[in-house]
Amino acid sequence: MSKLVSMSEAIARYVPDGSSVAMSLALEPLIPFAAGHEIIRQHKRDLTLIGPISDILFDQLIGAGCAQKIVAAWVGNVSEGLAHCYRRAIEQGIPRPLVTEEHSNFSIGLALLAASLGAPYIPTRTLLGSDLPRQNPTLRVEPSLVDGTPLLLVPAIAPDVAIIHVQRSDEEGNAHCWGNFGISQEAMLAARDVILVAEEIVSREVIVSDPNRVLGPCFKVRAVVHEPWGAHPSTVQGYANRDHAYYHDYHVRTRKQEGFQSWLEEWVLNVPDRAAYLQKLGEERLRSLAVKEHRYAAPVDYGY
Amino acid sequence: MDYTERELMVVCAARQIHDGENVFVGMRLPLIAFALAKRTHAPHCIGLFETGILRDAPSPELLYTMGDAPNIAGALWTTGTLNVMRPMAAGDIHLGFIGGAEVDRYGNLNTSLIGDWQHPKVRLPGSGGGADIASLSQRLAIIMQHEPHRLREKVDYVTSPGYGYPDERGPAGEAWRKRVGLPRGGPAALITTLAVFTFDRSTGEALLSSYHPGTTIEQVQEQTGWQLRLAEDCAETVPPSKEELRVIRECDPQGVWTR
Repeated sequence: MSKLVSMSEAIARYVPDGSSVAMSLALEPLIPFAAGHEIIRQHKRDLTLIGPISDILFDQLIGAGCAQKIVAAWVGNVSEGLAHCYRRAIEQGIPRPLVTEEHSNFSIGLALLAASLGAPYIPTRTLLGSDLPRQNPTLRVEPSLVDGTPLLLVPAIAPDVAIIHVQRSDEEGNAHCWGNFGISQEAMLAARDVILVAEEIVSREVIVSDPNRVLGPCFKVRAVVHEPWGAHPSTVQGYANRDHAYYHDYHVRTRKQEGFQSWLEEWVLNVPDRAAYLQKLGEERLRSLAVKEHRYAAPVDYGY
Repeated sequence: MDYTERELMVVCAARQIHDGENVFVGMRLPLIAFALAKRTHAPHCIGLFETGILRDAPSPELLYTMGDAPNIAGALWTTGTLNVMRPMAAGDIHLGFIGGAEVDRYGNLNTSLIGDWQHPKVRLPGSGGGADIASLSQRLAIIMQHEPHRLREKVDYVTSPGYGYPDERGPAGEAWRKRVGLPRGGPAALITTLAVFTFDRSTGEALLSSYHPGTTIEQVQEQTGWQLRLAEDCAETVPPSKEELRVIRECDPQGVWTR
């Protein structure tokens, strides 16, 4: 059964106000910016954003007033530094106050892994002695049942929806993804619903020709969105290089709230959809970001 | 010889890497330090990146983030974050690099917030993988801008644990890490724009190991928020060699991170 829908339909249906949304799960690559911008355009409110580092995606959603809670390891601009909207929200309550649950990249991955296992928590020795467990009341330090030494118990996090950008998918949500995954696979298995955003829609035959390349089970996927360049300005291996200048421009322009507002109007609110966004970026810029030299993997033999 | 303070920091960072080690590479300067070590004294070291990448050859192009396409092409393994965190949790990572906004005399690092927890003056990005690297790697190297408000007696928030603090149950240092349940590790070096510190693991205190050419111990003291203790062999930092500078400038020809 085809799950192919438009981005606006996927967001309208699977990201209701107040839901918990895991996104930007592969760290710096494969960030679903097109989905984030649609969330902003649909004026979603009171979202809980879950992710390891989000580069500037969470900053945009925070600045646009969509988020009420951040469950993350890091919110900033990876190549530039601090996240201005995040700072304004925490330091001044602009545009609204935020609740944070601090994690590390490992602990947020373990939290999603726990949910994917149906386990209440996972014990670990990371973050012992850090102030994170003192600030985030969901993290508990308890003696090990085996030898009495301290352990950090990381409780399960099951997002309402995970939004995952991939290279290619069939219409049923069997997706090929390559490069580094971050915690995408844990999130896919932990979430109730998954929205897949794909650079390309391919036939089932392409997928089953290489089942080891599949990110996770299609039964978790509710919607498949075909959105080429939907992760711009982040990297999609084999499709798009990172647009470093875009991150720099965002960093410079969003230092002040008015600057963010004008950036938001220019790149999100006054842009009806991704096609218009790409037109605004222009062919020359897209060409400069496109793959210059293809490097195909050697074929593997699934024969018998 | 002509070099920038960041080039010297890269050299100091690269010297922390021993041949054959598994290194958790951080952003910016450590990316270049890994490439430098690999091409000079540590050809057999392996680099791991928290995005889920393992490489034994530095990226052929300058990286702005560890997830950039040239860091994935030619990797030995591209996988998930948990798959590179797992060997670190199990003790297989020899050295990890992190940076921060504030560090204290016990090597505790803050990348979370400045000021009051509830109403911070500055909200910083947070841990990322930093707290995991500080918790779980065998040795930690910290890279920082050296300013009195950054090298403090005590940080406002311990994001990444160093050697803790003395408390009613015992001293800071290795003993503190054991008390709180950390399995190993602790800072081995603090590399700044002015100096390199090592640590006394029995007390957890930073020891001034070397001061960079052009500075003095007095100048380092002026810029440091605690009373310096000197390592026994404290001396001037050995400057970069011609070869080291050549490799660094090949890795970062535009000077994006090193100028």
